[in-house]
Amino acid sequence: MEPVYSIRPALAIVISLTCAGLIGLTGKRHRNFREFWTLSAAVSKYIIVISMFPLVYHGGEYIFSTFEIIPGVGFDLRVDAFSMFFAFLSSFLWIVTSVYSIGYMRSLHEHSQTRYYFSFAVCIASTIGIAFADNLFTLFIFYEMLTIATYPLIIHEETPEAMAAGRKYLIYLLSASLFVLLGMVITYSLTGTLTFSNNGILAGHGTPEMLKTLFVLFIIGFGTKAAIMPLHGWLPSAMVAPTPVSALLHAVAVVKAGIFGLIRVIYFIYGTDLMRELGLGLPLAVAASITIIVASLFALAQDSLKLRLAYSTVSQLSYIVLGVALLTTSAATGGIIHIANQAFMKITLFFCAGAIFIQTGKKNISEMHGIGKTMPLTMICFAICAMGMAGVPPMAGFITKWYLCLGALEAGQPIFVAVLLTSALLNIAYFFPLIYNAFFMEPEKGAKKDNDPTWWLLLPIVICALASIFLGLIPRAPFTPLRLASVVVEQIMGGLL
Amino acid sequence: MRLSSHLPIIVILIPWITAYIMPIIGYKWKKWCNSFAVVALALSFIISLILARFVLVNGPMHYYMAGFMPPWGIELVVDYLGAYMCVVISFITLLVALYSKEYITKELSEQRRPQYYTLLLLLTGSMMGASVTGDLFNLFVCFEILSISSYALMSITGEGKALLAGYKYLLIGAIASSFVLLGIGHLYISTGTLNMADMFVRLPPLYSSWTVLAALALLIVGFSIKTALFPLHVWLPDAYTNAPCSVPVLSTLVIKVGAVAIIRLLFNIFQPSFVINTIPMTAALSYMAAIAIIVASLFAISQTDIKRMLAYSSVCHVAYVILGIGIGTELGLTGGMLHILNHAVTKGCLFFCAGAIIYKTGIRNIREFGGLGRKMPVTMGAFTLAALSMVGLPPTNGFMSKFYIALAAMTAGRPELAIVILLSSLLNAIYFIRVINITYFGIPEEEIDIDEAPPTMLYPIIMLAACCLILGFGAELPLTILRPAAQALLGV
Repeated sequence: MEPVYSIRPALAIVISLTCAGLIGLTGKRHRNFREFWTLSAAVSKYIIVISMFPLVYHGGEYIFSTFEIIPGVGFDLRVDAFSMFFAFLSSFLWIVTSVYSIGYMRSLHEHSQTRYYFSFAVCIASTIGIAFADNLFTLFIFYEMLTIATYPLIIHEETPEAMAAGRKYLIYLLSASLFVLLGMVITYSLTGTLTFSNNGILAGHGTPEMLKTLFVLFIIGFGTKAAIMPLHGWLPSAMVAPTPVSALLHAVAVVKAGIFGLIRVIYFIYGTDLMRELGLGLPLAVAASITIIVASLFALAQDSLKLRLAYSTVSQLSYIVLGVALLTTSAATGGIIHIANQAFMKITLFFCAGAIFIQTGKKNISEMHGIGKTMPLTMICFAICAMGMAGVPPMAGFITKWYLCLGALEAGQPIFVAVLLTSALLNIAYFFPLIYNAFFMEPEKGAKKDNDPTWWLLLPIVICALASIFLGLIPRAPFTPLRLASVVVEQIMGGLL
Repeated sequence: MRLSSHLPIIVILIPWITAYIMPIIGYKWKKWCNSFAVVALALSFIISLILARFVLVNGPMHYYMAGFMPPWGIELVVDYLGAYMCVVISFITLLVALYSKEYITKELSEQRRPQYYTLLLLLTGSMMGASVTGDLFNLFVCFEILSISSYALMSITGEGKALLAGYKYLLIGAIASSFVLLGIGHLYISTGTLNMADMFVRLPPLYSSWTVLAALALLIVGFSIKTALFPLHVWLPDAYTNAPCSVPVLSTLVIKVGAVAIIRLLFNIFQPSFVINTIPMTAALSYMAAIAIIVASLFAISQTDIKRMLAYSSVCHVAYVILGIGIGTELGLTGGMLHILNHAVTKGCLFFCAGAIIYKTGIRNIREFGGLGRKMPVTMGAFTLAALSMVGLPPTNGFMSKFYIALAAMTAGRPELAIVILLSSLLNAIYFIRVINITYFGIPEEEIDIDEAPPTMLYPIIMLAACCLILGFGAELPLTILRPAAQALLGV
């Protein structure tokens, strides 16, 4: 299908940046107006993204090209199926998170809210930029913008603890981006281009040793953002950020940007054939498996709810890495679909954690006795998504596990099925005590009845929880993430599902 | 058409002639000093642009002073590099002159202001002269004029520390000049000519001569001192710390002209194949630069005075330029020369911001910067952008030069240099992000009631900050002239 030249990809990025500017100008005095900018930009961005959906869904592409930034590489945007997958997800969740942010920040009377919304808008602009980037260079520009824009959100509290977390974050991520940069420089010097291609661009260039080293550079670079162990250290400490930040950025935008970059490198820079030829998939799959198990064990040991969720994120992100590293159609589908499934489930869990904190002031799991009775709706949604994480049908997590297990068998590596099942058990082990405490223990005396939060907070929770049931119940309905993921896999592997 | 053939001399003479008129204006009409300097520099900026366009279209221009043909007469050669340097120098000095209008009122007494502008113009003219001259002795003369005017500018406040720093600079600079003079003497004795192009032809048979080799060594050391290449940088931090903030901006150009002199020496006087292969001069320079980058960054991390920190950062970044030259490939030279512009723009912005902060608050210690981000949003916004450019984050211009130098190192098969470049951006991040952190999230020690700097200071700051972004996306713009420049220098 002929690509369509359109300004829409650029518009989707510019709209958030403009929104950031307007937020900065409006400031604290007209806070309702400021929040209006956030919401209207979120909605209009979503509309722009969704307007490109049908064509991309049927295998088309949108291109917006500007000028050459280095010879052979332009500052270009291109929307293919995989871009659409990521952009659609983040722009939808931005709306939900904006609503939640407003409720959360106002309930807690947080300071510096203008800075908060400003950085948030820049983050989303960069995320969409990463999704739409046509080449590694453009992707890197937005990738670094995201790194910097997230920093003010992490240190939002400005406490020594937050500052330390921010420092850790910057050290990890700026060092990692140097690896990406080095990888990019090597790739460019080998091939003279950086544009993503469905068959990869590196085939036929360089020695196998060189390409293997290059792959390690890329894995370290993008893997840090994707929190592959042992590069995950920044993610748990970054949990000092306000909960909406942890929810959107550390469940969706930032960490998934790392995953997204990783997938771009694996399938669009190296290409499936070259990956198989060099045998690079298996080591990565092993690293991902170790992360899945070890992070789950770490999660077991945490008492703070947000930290437990953080380690759970680390573990779940590696499902995606495992899926794409196995290099078979089912596994890749499972990995890519998990980008969406994990996002919906994890964002609900974080939203619930935030709601619990606002309503009761509790952060630790051991204190949460009987909250299922005082906050029934919140905790039901929590329970649904927690079970979904463990892979219980009919929630979305089950679909992921199914495809991943299928993929592992296709690849002739049944050992990874065992990893996935162990991880499911561990998920149950760290989520069920909480659910048990919440619903079957008596609340402490004097706890308020009917303590569910305001609808600003509750609505996003319910929407995301419903979405994760929906994605598990009818995964193959038209226009669902699974169908889009199939389009992606078809493009990169040529195989049909 | 006749006038355009005289452009090379006009572009140098405008600042020089106005420099000589300046004392008269300062004596009669003190108020008009600034406007006069601004107009003169704006004129030379425009002429530089015309010159650059002319060179791009028609190729390098040769101008014979008073019509005497070389090798007897003095020759000006505006090649791609020379035209590029003229544009960079006149652009930055123009902004310095604009910025000085308000800034200098606080730093200098009224008697000194005409002197300041005189020296500024003298410096500009001699920097351009040094970049476009085709005669080795003329290069030395221009270097003397620019050194003497920068010694004087460094100590223009007349305070004890500034005088001492200026004196130190003078002593070390004088040593450098004698090295250069001695080297030129050696070359003149061996070849009997002072014209660079002529020397280029006559030198190859003499490459085995110890006299010629000694001359190369002497000249390299002499120019390295002028360029403040570590470990010959010792004059720089003290001088920068005690001078008014506009002077270091000029001085970033001065050290770049030193780098240009090294380029001329290596590729226009000696043959590229000789300095790259026969005696690995470029390799030696690149390793010196690599050490300089790391050590200077470490020094910068330990500073608490903003100006001193920026001074060490300059030592680090001029070494990027030398590193690019030292790689000795077309891509390396391009990247190094690109960083001349990028560093001048970015460091100019940073020093201007530092100047604005000192102008408004008098604070120089980084630890006391708390809360400035709210009080001076535009200044600190520009500072942040420029600092990120120094760190080398996309989409700023600093990233582009870092990318090109790293790419050159990789393609030249010297990954260790690429790693040094990348490591240095991490070290840069440490000291720049610390400043940004304090300004935005630090708590002010005492509430001071200040607002933004006056517009004449703010506009140059905004302009340079915008350039950081424009040159980031539009790196192809300077590269259109730098690619042919690198090709011409390497003779490919």
